[in-house]
Amino acid sequence: MDVEVRNIHKTFGKVHANNDISLEVKSGEVQGILGENGAGKSTLMKILSGFISSDSGSILLDGKEVNIASPADSVRLGIGMLHQDPLDFPPFKVIDNLILGSREGTLPDRKKVRKEFLELTKQFNFSISPDTYIETLSVGERQQLEIIRLLWLGADVLILDEPTTGISSTQKQQLFSMVRKLSEQGKVILFVSHKLEEVMSLCTQVAVFRQGQNVGEMRPPYDSDKLVEMMFGKSLARSDKKCCAQEQVNIEVKDLQIDDIRSPINNVNFSIQKGEVIGLAGMEGSGQGLILRALAGIIRPTGGNIWLHEENDKKDFVGKHYFDFKNSGISFLPAARLEEGLIAGLDLKEHFTLAEKQTSFFVDAKGVQQLTEKRISEFNIKGTSESKIESLSGGNQQRAELALLRQPLRLLLLDHPTRGLDIESTLYIWGKLKQRCAEGASIIFISADLDEISLYSDRILVFFGGKVSKPLDASQVTVDQLGQLIGGKGWE
Amino acid sequence: MEKEKTKNPNQGSILSTILTNRYSSLTLAVVFALVFTSLLVWIMKVNPLKVFDVILTGAFGSVDAVTQVLQAWVPLVLASLGLMFTFTAGLWNIGVEGQIEMGAIFAYGVIRIFDGTETSAALVIILSILAGIAGGAIWAFLVGLLKNFGGVNEIFGGLGFNFIADAVMLFLVYGPWKPEGVANGSTKMLAAKYWLPQLEGSYLSLWALGIAIAGLIIVAVILQGTYFGLKLKAVGKNNKSSFLLGIPTNRYMLMSFILCGVFAGLTGALQVTGFNHVLRNNISGGYGYIGLMVGMLANIQPLITAPIAFVFIAISKGAASLGIDLRLDSNLAGVIQGALVIFVLVMDGVRKHIIRRNRGVQNG
Repeated sequence: MDVEVRNIHKTFGKVHANNDISLEVKSGEVQGILGENGAGKSTLMKILSGFISSDSGSILLDGKEVNIASPADSVRLGIGMLHQDPLDFPPFKVIDNLILGSREGTLPDRKKVRKEFLELTKQFNFSISPDTYIETLSVGERQQLEIIRLLWLGADVLILDEPTTGISSTQKQQLFSMVRKLSEQGKVILFVSHKLEEVMSLCTQVAVFRQGQNVGEMRPPYDSDKLVEMMFGKSLARSDKKCCAQEQVNIEVKDLQIDDIRSPINNVNFSIQKGEVIGLAGMEGSGQGLILRALAGIIRPTGGNIWLHEENDKKDFVGKHYFDFKNSGISFLPAARLEEGLIAGLDLKEHFTLAEKQTSFFVDAKGVQQLTEKRISEFNIKGTSESKIESLSGGNQQRAELALLRQPLRLLLLDHPTRGLDIESTLYIWGKLKQRCAEGASIIFISADLDEISLYSDRILVFFGGKVSKPLDASQVTVDQLGQLIGGKGWE
Repeated sequence: MEKEKTKNPNQGSILSTILTNRYSSLTLAVVFALVFTSLLVWIMKVNPLKVFDVILTGAFGSVDAVTQVLQAWVPLVLASLGLMFTFTAGLWNIGVEGQIEMGAIFAYGVIRIFDGTETSAALVIILSILAGIAGGAIWAFLVGLLKNFGGVNEIFGGLGFNFIADAVMLFLVYGPWKPEGVANGSTKMLAAKYWLPQLEGSYLSLWALGIAIAGLIIVAVILQGTYFGLKLKAVGKNNKSSFLLGIPTNRYMLMSFILCGVFAGLTGALQVTGFNHVLRNNISGGYGYIGLMVGMLANIQPLITAPIAFVFIAISKGAASLGIDLRLDSNLAGVIQGALVIFVLVMDGVRKHIIRRNRGVQNG
């Protein structure tokens, strides 16, 4: 089935979410739709799938104009949408979930449904019993199940909205091979993503959305710089990798031991040089967070040493107060920004006032105002000095956190520094972080994104089941090797 | 997602505008509270208009009435100001009532010690006020210590210390400090030289009034213009983030208790030297508890406590004659005050809810 949209407009209040969007996709194409958060991708997809209706414009299927007024309409017309969060019923069995969304009558023919389901799963090498409960499946499996359900309902057009968020790399590969197979069968796939690499590796054509408009289309071979430029309206430079590591040892961790009910860790040994970046990889809760918090002085290790190196001297900081760590230039930026980093209810100005060293009893309102405005422009924060912190977007909150850091810094500890941020913010934040490295600060960060870890780290520590690997040289390990280690393979 | 399909029926309508505007929403809350109390009074077969008339006349009908309102405004505003510190730090200092009593006990105790000596009366009054401040501060500090180091919630700790303060008070006024011969829950009257000077023919002490006004300014400046105030606010909004930003949160919480105790103790001391001139059971007059209501409504803006406390006191004082004129219980004042607090808080909640919902619809 060929899909075409013509001159779609949609406004939400003052926001023109879709501004005259036209797009044509022929049968068998995998159409990538690229754009940063808020570019209007999801809006168009919701219009196609009947969740919202457009203000004006038309939708044509196989050249015939159709009217899609509800999700049921779109399913009837053969359009199926896979949402970011699978729309299924976790307490249900796979087969009941299937029947629920179908137009089977009050007495569904379970036998027939079961047979059709098994045929479909066989076709895609997908082995799930129809009697499994949905809640026992992983997010990746639930996605595949949802795709199969949509196919079973007769979908010829599949909309995948950011399908790779929250699934493992193996599951991603499975998903991609499924998509390729579907395209061979002549289905249309609309693949919505803000991840450049995925779109380039999977899609047969790409449209880039920016500020509600379709700003350009491209077919392979793709020029990634060009795509990025279309997405952001300017080219973004990735920061250099090995920019700043110096010879001098900054902090040395020896035989560190941390007690924890869930995953105690011991025998952690490594040292970090000035300007160096170390990435901590591993499944969530494998002990990376503990190390980070121990190095920040927030939790107390039960054994070992944390040596802070000076010119000819070193000091053990184990057992010292968090404020001592902080005063020696160690800063911690947690993942839950509004829970343990920023203060909801206070504005930007108040945050900057708090972060500075107190020099007098009264607040110098004028000086603080100037400082705040300087930082806002320096860090490109979209907000005013009176903006309450919780009203800012995630990316701007993260920028604000970086702007709050004092000078000079010795060690910066980051827990998922770019979680939930779009590419532009991510690149911006890493640019600022590398600037700190150039000034001699070391960085240790946790990330669930292996690409981020291998891209920005000088060395990598992998955590698995309470064990910590020796530091691995990031230029020598591949993302696949990392994935294996994280999954517990390849440990001696 | 469903929300986008159906347009929000309230958005842009007059109702939504009234409910989301801070002032019209507040007015509506007051109207609701008045309607609510009118209904109650009507059930008791009394004309509500008469009730409000009696209250207004009782509070403002004569110069004498107005000075009485002002006199009672002083302790309420001082107690509320103290609570601004603990509210800012996110703490519920229910113990303020006991802290007022302790302030009164300490203040009276000092005068008792100096009574009959040659020391100048002015000096004794000053010392007694300082002692009252110390008494309130110590009592609050204990609650803070229990909270910080014993893990005892300040509400329970405060309540416990209120009972202890009551017990100490009863012990003193029925025991060692009772006047000779009688035991009526009160000590003997202070010699007139230890009274704060009062306006001719009234109970109002301009000194006390001046102290309250100075207190208003001091608390407003501390909370809104200093690092201390800002840090306290940060601690109240998010303890964990504040600690990570480098604020010694425990110390700040303790300081807020102590400062609240300072104002509570001052309240108690002024009740002794400025108004009652005796130490007696219930000398705190419930100002601590009413202060908590005032504090809630003031929403950590110190200057706002002045008008709110004024309205509350006017209602209390005005309602005093309800019993005589209309055979209603003067506790109706408490009902009106409570209704005011509840409706203001409810309307504020409704306002915030609608704003959030409207914003959510716009963002999709």
